[in-house]
Amino acid sequence: MNASILLASGGFVSPGSHDFVFKPVFGTSILFTKPVFQAILAAILVAVFFLISSKKAAVVPSRAQFFGESVYSFVKKDLGEDIIGHEFMKFVPFLFTLFTFIIVNNIFGIVPFMQFPTMSRFGFPVALMIFTYVIYHYVGIRKHGLGKYLKDIAFVPGVPKWIYVILTPLEIATYFIIRPFTLAIRLFANMFAGHLLLLVFIMGGDYMLHNSMVLKIMSPLSFGFGIGLTFFEFFIECLQAYIFTLLTALYIAGAIADEH
Amino acid sequence: MSTQILLLASEEAGLPIIPTLTEVIVGLVAFSLLFIVMKSKVVPRFEKAFADRTDAIQGGMERAEQAQAEAAAALKSYQDQLSDARGEAQKLREEARAQGAAIIEEMRTKAQEEANRITAAARASIEAERQQAVTSLMQEVGTIATNLASKIVGEALDDQVRQSRVVDRFLADLEGSK
Repeated sequence: MNASILLASGGFVSPGSHDFVFKPVFGTSILFTKPVFQAILAAILVAVFFLISSKKAAVVPSRAQFFGESVYSFVKKDLGEDIIGHEFMKFVPFLFTLFTFIIVNNIFGIVPFMQFPTMSRFGFPVALMIFTYVIYHYVGIRKHGLGKYLKDIAFVPGVPKWIYVILTPLEIATYFIIRPFTLAIRLFANMFAGHLLLLVFIMGGDYMLHNSMVLKIMSPLSFGFGIGLTFFEFFIECLQAYIFTLLTALYIAGAIADEH
Repeated sequence: MSTQILLLASEEAGLPIIPTLTEVIVGLVAFSLLFIVMKSKVVPRFEKAFADRTDAIQGGMERAEQAQAEAAAALKSYQDQLSDARGEAQKLREEARAQGAAIIEEMRTKAQEEANRITAAARASIEAERQQAVTSLMQEVGTIATNLASKIVGEALDDQVRQSRVVDRFLADLEGSK
């Protein structure tokens, strides 16, 4: 579509939100778009890899098992045990799934021929946020009871009474609106912006290559930037998967903590 | 077809911050299925591997400790045996020394006795020989003296009684002059 616009107008069309809209791969159903397939593929890849790598569960691990175990241990130790504390083991499968699913979907952003981070479609971070949201409220309510849980959120202990006028609406907004919203937005916006950045440099380079001599000479610079930023994107993609999982663990830890 | 294009166009125009319901549902389902796989299979398997590994390492360490204890016990027993053997050897040496001393003492006593016996026998034999010599000398001296005397006196001293009396007198003088 961009190419046709480009050809028709002859000018440079800067990348924008239209680059995140995909036509159906087949048929007319919006169910079968590239990001949807990517999300399903990511789930399958992660499931298959970890099923194979954990299949033998040998005392002396193979290379694949060692890698799988390393990822699992990292989530278990750094995101589970260190943050949630003694009740962490219940949440490890969820955190582990979250981390692996997000990181694979993010890395799709720089995988050749895919080159689209699934999480830059806002629906997917929202779906993951719904899990986190439901789980941290659920474990909080189950641990403290609905009344005490809400009271702990609304009335932070140890502050003067009149502060509650400001603090209570803020706390309620934090727990029920701001946290889930920022959690999903953070992941989405990072992936969206990162992908846009790569598009600007690579499509810009492409445009310059098909233009006047001066711009042709300049275009490798643009491509070079695009390649450099790809490495940077890889870092951001891993980091955002980590942050999403870390914040989920923190919210769960906060919900089941004895004192808020 | 035209509605589809319209839909795409409207999406294109729409804010990317508005989530598509399809994607939310796909995200929920895909994640749920992945979660079920992870929870039911992957996590238990990894945990099992960790537990097995811990067991293996701990078991190995326990075995090593046991082996070490056994080695220490063996060493102690050898040392005990060695010191026993040393004590035994010492005792044997002492005994041998004592026995040797006893044997030497015994031999010495025996040799002394033998020497005494030989000395006594020699003494007795000398005494006997001396006695014999004295006796035979007496007789010879008597005969010689009688012969001499008869030659000098010129008188036959045939008479046994007389001869005997002369000899006795001579001997008495001889003894008296001694």
